[in-house]
Amino acid sequence: MHKIIRVDTLARVEGEGSLYIKIRNGQLADVKLKIFEPPRFFEALLRGRKYSEAPDITARICGICPVAYQMSSVHAIEQAFGLQVEGQLRQLRRLLYCGEWIESHALHIYMLHAPDFLGYADAIQMAKDHPEAVKRGLELKKAGNEIVRLIGGREIHPINVRVGGFYRAPHKTELVPLLETMKKARDLAEETVRWSSSFSFPRFERDYEFVSLRHPGEYPMNEGRIVSNKGLDISVRDFEQAFEEEHVKHSNALQSAKKDAGAYLVGPLARYANNFDLLTKSVQEAARSAGLDTVCRNPFQSIVVRAVETLYACEEALRILSSYDQPEKPSIEVTVQQGMGYGCTEAPRGILYHYYQIDEKGTIQNAKIVPPTSQNQKMIESDLREFIPARLTLPEETLTLQCEQAIRNYDPCISCATHFLNLKVDRGE
Amino acid sequence: MLIIGVGNEMRGDDGAGIRVARRIREQKLPNLTVLEHSGEGTSLMEAWKHRNQVIVIDAAHSDSPPGTIHRYEIHQKPLPSNLFRFSTHTFGIAEAIELSRALHELPASIIVYGIEAKAFDTGSALSPEVQSAIDFVVDEILSPQSR
Repeated sequence: MHKIIRVDTLARVEGEGSLYIKIRNGQLADVKLKIFEPPRFFEALLRGRKYSEAPDITARICGICPVAYQMSSVHAIEQAFGLQVEGQLRQLRRLLYCGEWIESHALHIYMLHAPDFLGYADAIQMAKDHPEAVKRGLELKKAGNEIVRLIGGREIHPINVRVGGFYRAPHKTELVPLLETMKKARDLAEETVRWSSSFSFPRFERDYEFVSLRHPGEYPMNEGRIVSNKGLDISVRDFEQAFEEEHVKHSNALQSAKKDAGAYLVGPLARYANNFDLLTKSVQEAARSAGLDTVCRNPFQSIVVRAVETLYACEEALRILSSYDQPEKPSIEVTVQQGMGYGCTEAPRGILYHYYQIDEKGTIQNAKIVPPTSQNQKMIESDLREFIPARLTLPEETLTLQCEQAIRNYDPCISCATHFLNLKVDRGE
Repeated sequence: MLIIGVGNEMRGDDGAGIRVARRIREQKLPNLTVLEHSGEGTSLMEAWKHRNQVIVIDAAHSDSPPGTIHRYEIHQKPLPSNLFRFSTHTFGIAEAIELSRALHELPASIIVYGIEAKAFDTGSALSPEVQSAIDFVVDEILSPQSR
C-alpha cells in the first residue's frame, strides 16, 4: 500500500506550515515538517541598530511571546555590559513573565489543544457544548493579559522593558487590583489542571532528552544554566558549543540539533522534568492529583503539564505581588561597553537563545536568535516517526487528525521559527 | 459605539485598520471609544463584550484589487475567515466573532470593514490604493447615517 498524507495548512498552530507523510508498501518512508512562512531576517535587521532597540524590535517576532524576546535580549545585553538587575526590578520581570506564561498557556490549552481531546474541530464548536470551560479559559487568559498590560504597558508587544530594568515601575497601589484578579485566576488554573487531566491520552511515551534552564532557587524563567536529564550542564554562553542550527531543504526555519545527540525537547515537559523539585508543594500536589509523576514522557499529556505551569505562574505572581514595593528607580544605570552577550530565558514554548555582539558605541554588530520551535522541529518529526507506524491501518482522516494533534502537543509557534502547517500522507497510490 | 482598528503598522498595508482608528479618534467625538488592536481574538472578545454597537476595521487579503473595501454586517452570517488570515495568529477576528456568537456574547451590531491590502512588507509605507480606501472608510464611519 502506497499513500501520501498531506496537511496543506495546519490549523491551530501559530504561523504557516505543512506536514508531509510518505508511506510505501505499508511502511512509513518519510516525515517532513515543512515550514514555508518566509524567513524573517530579524537578525540582519538588528545589525547596525542601537542596543536599546533590541528588546522592542525582537518583541515583534511574536504576538504571543513578546515578553520572552524582550527578556532574552535584555539579559544578553546586560551580560555584555556587565550589569546585573536585582531586587524588585528582577521580581517585576518575573511577574511580567508569569503574565505571558498564563496568557500563552491558557490560549493553547483551551483554544488550540483541548478541542483535539474532546473531539471538536475547533474551540468554536467546543464552546457550543462546553461554554463554561471556554469561558474559564478566556478568564484565565485575561488575567495573564492584565499582568502584561500593567507591567508591560500594553497587552500585546509590551513597551515598558528596557536594558537595566523598566522605563517605569508601578506604584504598589497600582498593583492592588491584580492581587484579587490573580487569586481568582489561581482557582481557575487549579480547575484547569483537574479538567485537562480528565481527558484520555493516547498511550505513547518517549525517552526524550529534556533541555531547559535550571536555577538553584526557583522554577526557571529568566535565569539559570542550560541542563538536560542526560547530563548536559552548561552556561548560557556555551549554547552554540552544544547546539547547532542546520538548514534542511524542506523548511524555511533552521532546525536546531544537539551536536552529540540530534533531536532534543524544550518546553513545558522539559522544564517540568528538570525542575519538579522547584515547584511549590501545592503545585506538586495538584500535579500528582492529576496523575502526573515527577517526569512526564507522554507528549499528549503536555496539556496537563501546561496547566500545572499555569497554576505555578499564578501562585508565583501572587507571591511577587504580595511582597512588592516600588523600587527607587525604574532601572539601574547602564554604561555601554564593547562586548558579547548571551541570554537564554524560558519562553512558554521552551528556551529562547539570544546572542549579541556590541561595539563601544552600543551598536549591534551581530545577532543570533534561536527560538524554541526551531529547537523542537526535529523532535516533532521524530515523534511522528515513532507514532505513525503503529497507526498505519487507521482510516486516513483519523490518522491525519492524530498526526496534527501530535504536532499541536508542541504548541508550535511557526511564526517564531521562521525564520507553519499543511499535512500530506503519501501512500504512493 | 466602539471602534476597533486592527493591524500592525510596521507591516505596510496591515496598518490600515490602525490608521482608520487614529483618524476617528482625532475627531474627539462623544460616546465613542476607539481602540488600536493587534487582532488577537480572545482580547477582541473581551473588548466587545457588553457592547451594543461595534465597528472593526482590518486589512484584508483576498484576490480583490488593492484598496477594495469589504463590508460585513455580522448578524447571522459568519465572516469569511480566509479573508483576514494575516490578522496576527490562528485565533483572529473571524474566530473571535464566531466564539462570541457561540457563547451568546456577540454585540447586537458588529460591522467589519476589510481593506484589501497590496503588501505586508515589514517597514514599508501604506500603498496609495489603501491610503484612499482609508479616507473612504473614515468618511463612511463618520457620516451621520453610520452613527
